[in-house]
Amino acid sequence: MEEVKLLGSWPSPFVHRVIWALKLKGIKYEYVEEEDVLYNKSEMLLKYNPVHKKVPVFIHGGKPIAESIVILEYIEETWPQNPLLPDDPHERAEARFWTKFEEDKIQKIFGFLMTAGEKQVAATKEAQEVLRIVEEHGLGEKKFFGGNNMGLADIAFGWIATSMEILEQAAGVKVLEANTFPRLKAWIQNFNEIPVIKESLPDRNALLTYYKARRVVFLSAAAS
Amino acid sequence: MADEVVLLDFWPSMFGMRVRIALAEKGIKYEYKEEDLKNKSPLLLQMNPIHKKIPVLIHNGKPVCESLIIVQYIDEVWKDKSPLLPSHPYQRAQARFWADFVDKKVFDVSRRLWTTKGEEKEAAKKEFFETYKILEGELGDKPYFGGETFGYVDLALVTFYSWFYVFETFGEFNIEAECPKIIAWAKRCLQKESVAKTLPDQKKVYEFVGQMRKRFGLE
Repeated sequence: MEEVKLLGSWPSPFVHRVIWALKLKGIKYEYVEEEDVLYNKSEMLLKYNPVHKKVPVFIHGGKPIAESIVILEYIEETWPQNPLLPDDPHERAEARFWTKFEEDKIQKIFGFLMTAGEKQVAATKEAQEVLRIVEEHGLGEKKFFGGNNMGLADIAFGWIATSMEILEQAAGVKVLEANTFPRLKAWIQNFNEIPVIKESLPDRNALLTYYKARRVVFLSAAAS
Repeated sequence: MADEVVLLDFWPSMFGMRVRIALAEKGIKYEYKEEDLKNKSPLLLQMNPIHKKIPVLIHNGKPVCESLIIVQYIDEVWKDKSPLLPSHPYQRAQARFWADFVDKKVFDVSRRLWTTKGEEKEAAKKEFFETYKILEGELGDKPYFGGETFGYVDLALVTFYSWFYVFETFGEFNIEAECPKIIAWAKRCLQKESVAKTLPDQKKVYEFVGQMRKRFGLE
């Protein structure tokens, strides 16, 4: 089998997605950590992702692929076991729609981490509006976005399940307040119980420290 | 059962054009419904309640939204004719990457050219050419982004060509002078019937943008 490599950064939710997909499908891979992806990108990263210079970068048999969702679709097509997408074209389009929705809105959902005071109140409200749409229309009455089993859209939204609480703590604000978002909360619990997800959860304290530090950077950048 | 295909669209939309080209490539018969975006139809609001945007493809009553998702859907359902995406997974990944690049970079920078002024516009101009230089690099010496035949990335990008007169006029530059390969590529694509019949006249788009700018108080 050809060599599989993943260039990543341990806190990145985009990298986690690829790791989950690889583990779900039982694919062996070599993980390479970008030591300082924000301020001192490695030669390898610049070589394999010259256009965006970001992680994750997936390298299969020496050939690189960038952008997490593009990587997920490639993994799905190359290793069809434990499928992330259904067979029906309309259901596939639905899964892709919600995956794209996450991509388009993620900045809005993260806003509360990067703001303070009144701006944070507004950002929190915006995040809740987006999450309301996700819960009502994306998830609906289903156990997972993918239906009875988790799929591509679950992986795309997965960071909400694994990291939202940590982000809320770092930001000092509650986005998913108690008793609001009951279906999303149930999905979070179900998602985190999936064995592959459970065993890949990032170190809670390390991630909290990381996001607190990022918040400081964002706030000082905004102030200057 | 005969397929019922309806497209909710808006003639100057570069996103809607992508779907029209895909449908034409596959020879699919469909009903075209022009939307008045100042007065969206109940059908549009019902079929795309999340974004309320065009294009929306309605296939046997079920909606598909987002232009590239629609194109992939069309490619999967009508898979026996004129494939739009390559067959090999790695090439498919590359096609998806570059189509994603068009959506993330090209649309935004193009929009800023005719909606901003002064420093912002100068920055947009610079970025516009940087972005197209990257695309020229990716095209290389190939006739199409897809290689020997017109494909997914070509379809994703060529619809912007109908807006080039808008970009050049408001941007006050000449695209052919900076990116001759892109113009040559676009003209090659226009030799295809599906593209030629879909792309509206550049001057018509310019007139439309003029009206839009008046409405938004940009003139």
